[in-house]
Amino acid sequence: MKRLRAWMLRLTGLFPNPQRHQEIADEIESHVQMHTEDNLRSGMTPEQARRDAILKLGGVESAKQAYRERSTLPYLETFLQDLRFAIRQHAKNPGFTCTAILMLALGLGISVAIFGFVDAALLKPLPYREPSRLVNVTERIAMIPRARLSYLDYLDWRKLNTVFSSMDVFTGDGLALSTPTGTQLVAGTRVSDGFFRTLGVTPMLGRDFYAGEDSPGAPPTVMLSYATWQKRFGGNREVIGQTVTLNQAANTIIGVLPQNFQFAPTGGAEFWAPLHASATSSSCEGRRSCHNLDGIGRLKEGASVQAALAEATTIARQLELQYPDTNQGQGASVMLLSEMIVGGVRPILLVLLGGAGLLLLIACLNVASLLLVRSESRKREMAVRSALGASRGRLILQFVTEGLVLIAGGTVLGMAFAEWAMQLLARLIPADMLAEMPYLQDSGINLHVMAFAGAIALLAAALFSITPALRLAMTEMREGLAEGGRGSAGTLWRRFGANLVVVELAIAVVLLAGAGLLSKSFYRLLHIDLGFQPDHLATLQIAAPDSTYAKDDQAVALARQVISRISSLPGVQSVALGSVLPVSFNGNTTWIRFPDRPYHGEHNEVNERDVSSEYFTTIKARLLRGRYFADAEDASKPGVVVINQTLARQYFPGQDPLGKKIVHYDLDPKSMREIIGIVDDIKEGPLDSEIWPAVYYPLNQAPTPYFTLVVRTSQAEQSILPTLVSTIHQIDPNIGTSDEATMTQRINDSQTAYLHRSSAWLVGGFASLALLLGAVGLYGVIAYSVSQRTREIGVRMALGAQRGSVYRLILTEAGWLTAGGITIGLGCSLVAASLMGKLLFGVHAWDVSTLAAVVMVLAASALLASYVPAHRAASVNPLEALRAE
Amino acid sequence: MRDKTDVWQGTLALMILKTIETMGPLHGYGIARRIEQTSGNLISLNYGTLYPALLKLEQEGSIASEWGVSENNRKAKFYRLTRSGRKQLHQEAQDWEQTTAILARFLSPTEDPA
Repeated sequence: MKRLRAWMLRLTGLFPNPQRHQEIADEIESHVQMHTEDNLRSGMTPEQARRDAILKLGGVESAKQAYRERSTLPYLETFLQDLRFAIRQHAKNPGFTCTAILMLALGLGISVAIFGFVDAALLKPLPYREPSRLVNVTERIAMIPRARLSYLDYLDWRKLNTVFSSMDVFTGDGLALSTPTGTQLVAGTRVSDGFFRTLGVTPMLGRDFYAGEDSPGAPPTVMLSYATWQKRFGGNREVIGQTVTLNQAANTIIGVLPQNFQFAPTGGAEFWAPLHASATSSSCEGRRSCHNLDGIGRLKEGASVQAALAEATTIARQLELQYPDTNQGQGASVMLLSEMIVGGVRPILLVLLGGAGLLLLIACLNVASLLLVRSESRKREMAVRSALGASRGRLILQFVTEGLVLIAGGTVLGMAFAEWAMQLLARLIPADMLAEMPYLQDSGINLHVMAFAGAIALLAAALFSITPALRLAMTEMREGLAEGGRGSAGTLWRRFGANLVVVELAIAVVLLAGAGLLSKSFYRLLHIDLGFQPDHLATLQIAAPDSTYAKDDQAVALARQVISRISSLPGVQSVALGSVLPVSFNGNTTWIRFPDRPYHGEHNEVNERDVSSEYFTTIKARLLRGRYFADAEDASKPGVVVINQTLARQYFPGQDPLGKKIVHYDLDPKSMREIIGIVDDIKEGPLDSEIWPAVYYPLNQAPTPYFTLVVRTSQAEQSILPTLVSTIHQIDPNIGTSDEATMTQRINDSQTAYLHRSSAWLVGGFASLALLLGAVGLYGVIAYSVSQRTREIGVRMALGAQRGSVYRLILTEAGWLTAGGITIGLGCSLVAASLMGKLLFGVHAWDVSTLAAVVMVLAASALLASYVPAHRAASVNPLEALRAE
Repeated sequence: MRDKTDVWQGTLALMILKTIETMGPLHGYGIARRIEQTSGNLISLNYGTLYPALLKLEQEGSIASEWGVSENNRKAKFYRLTRSGRKQLHQEAQDWEQTTAILARFLSPTEDPA
């Protein structure tokens, strides 16, 4: 307490206060006079008296000095002096100061901005109660490591497990929302009743689902997401108890979820309804073979993910034995919920953070090397100060302070830049993508981010203190005083500063190679063979109400009506319907078997796609053998299918599949189909996914009121989208539509394409900046070296050296540095690229053409950067260079 | 004869406080002289060190100062004890006595009862 008080008082003493100085002088003076008077009284001569008084005091000035030091904080005062001097130094050199601060701000700002996203996605816990105990629980099959759960399996898992305090399921669902302007398809999620309790989320308004509210008999109820409550209900608190019409049924609104609630797996869900699982054999939930759910569980105290996985696997094995028909090969998958949610973006974010970190390192090295150059040119100043009595520590402290001023400026500017960059990057993420990655919405400057920025600033401070300090410690001060300063400092600089630029160039190579590989991956990704032609295709999701279109003949009639109405629109070349669009996902599978072969209960998992007769011609798929469907092939005709080439290869090796039969695994006679055609593989899953075996059924033999419309147009496909929606609503206003988009948009906006594109762009940006900074660094080094060697060059030229050989001299020096940087950089980029692993698509880490291009770009930039100083060196006038002595 | 003892680390503050308590408000020079007298001139006090010590005590709130006029009609800064300074003095005096008593036991020969 007392100490603190004293410290505070001394702190205020830092402010210059002439009155206090006067008081100290007065007090000491009065002391001396009183002592002198006493001495006079004891018989000394006046001169002796005063001398004795001062002697006893230990000298007037040193007494005052000790007194003053006690009244302030000397080390802080020194620091402030250094600071004033540092600021004056920097102000004298605005070019250097601005360059250094800008470089630091750029490096720091980019790193901090990327870290903001890393923090939001990877470090911040999910906004649930004890999120580290939440796991994702699903089944697992050989083809799909995280497959879905069937409802009956879920019930058994929930009953038999001992590791979860609760286990619940959810599934995304499209809902037809009746609005005054027509029926809209909106995203919803159906959940088991304890879902929100398991997450540990309570509604901000109204109530949670009660136990049993998900049973089929319970009255229909629904919860709203906060955004939907705001957007569709104006944030009205009276909304609880009101009804909303979903799928043509009145649902009572019972609650509103909190504003910070997010659930990435069903990203943009507007409505949350209970599962209402009816265990009749006609519904999906009534069949063990129908996997439509995703599970979450809360681990009991002390239970680990591994233990949960082991137990779930045991239960799955038990069910395999109990229900061999449906459960053979159905294993279990348990992983942390956070892993399931952010596992996919982690590698990209880490690569971006790595790239930003490297850029920051280049920026810091550049500034460090600039500081080094400056410390060279201040050799005399330091020598003089040292000769006047400044200790080496004091001189080093001066450099440290100057570094700190730069870092402080860079940090402040960098944080502002980071804030701006974060907002910009967040705005660049499309809304759909953001809905799938809701955790990114929380990115911003927070304590974590500040701590990160602080850590960077400290590291930079360490770097900037070490370099000049090292330099100062290694040179003899005396040399600095020597006129001309021809000492060893030059070699020292060359040894030290030049190495920095090699590191910079190496980093630039790594970033360039990374950007090159990512861009090439992205190019490859967009140019893979899709098996169809995505241009000029307009698409629209359609969901017709079950009440009017559930029966097969109704659905078939609707499909025919839609096709004929859309076909008559101007500019439409052909129209088709399909259950699932290509380039969306592998899934919606069925299990097939071959009636003419022995069967051991294995699950031959194949993509099931129901398509109208014109589907393949509309998307311009390639027929390999046989024929496509005819529109007339409906339930009254024999069952037919088209298979893809992968299925043919996998299940009919060396045979002709045409004319062969396939049947559903349960041998349902209605599912017996003849293979009439083989189509070249169509990319059903995301761009970077594998091709799965696929069976295409005629839509008229497997009618459904939910399908996607695909239209090939002769003019721009974008322009027809609104007409498609209005035409469907003309057929029946109760039909819900959503996701009108062109096929190209869908592909370009797909998450795979988006992630690859954004990482290629960002790393490309980093690489360009790195190249620029590296070139500037090289320029700085060579220019400095030329300025140091002006006399040497002058002598050489006086002795007859040609301008060409001077060029050679300088360019050789730059060439060695560049070659060193490129060699080290290539080695490092191989390592870096192999770390990027999954982000690379269709290229190897050692992709020769990319690496060769990188070397060329860097070499060309280096040549450019060193040509300017080389030219200056070659234009040295020998007379002037020698006269400069 | 032995040289005059230097002021031990930390004891100067205690001497200052005690001196001010005994003498009442006093200026720096007076305090210095008084300390020398009290020690029977055994202590050689560098007067210059007195002022930072006074300032430290003042910063810590143990003493307060104001300008006044000395007995010889000279302008001087007078220091007086504050309440917290008085408390500090008693506390430190007690601690000091205890320390010296303990040391005395170590240094003086003991009677072994056995």
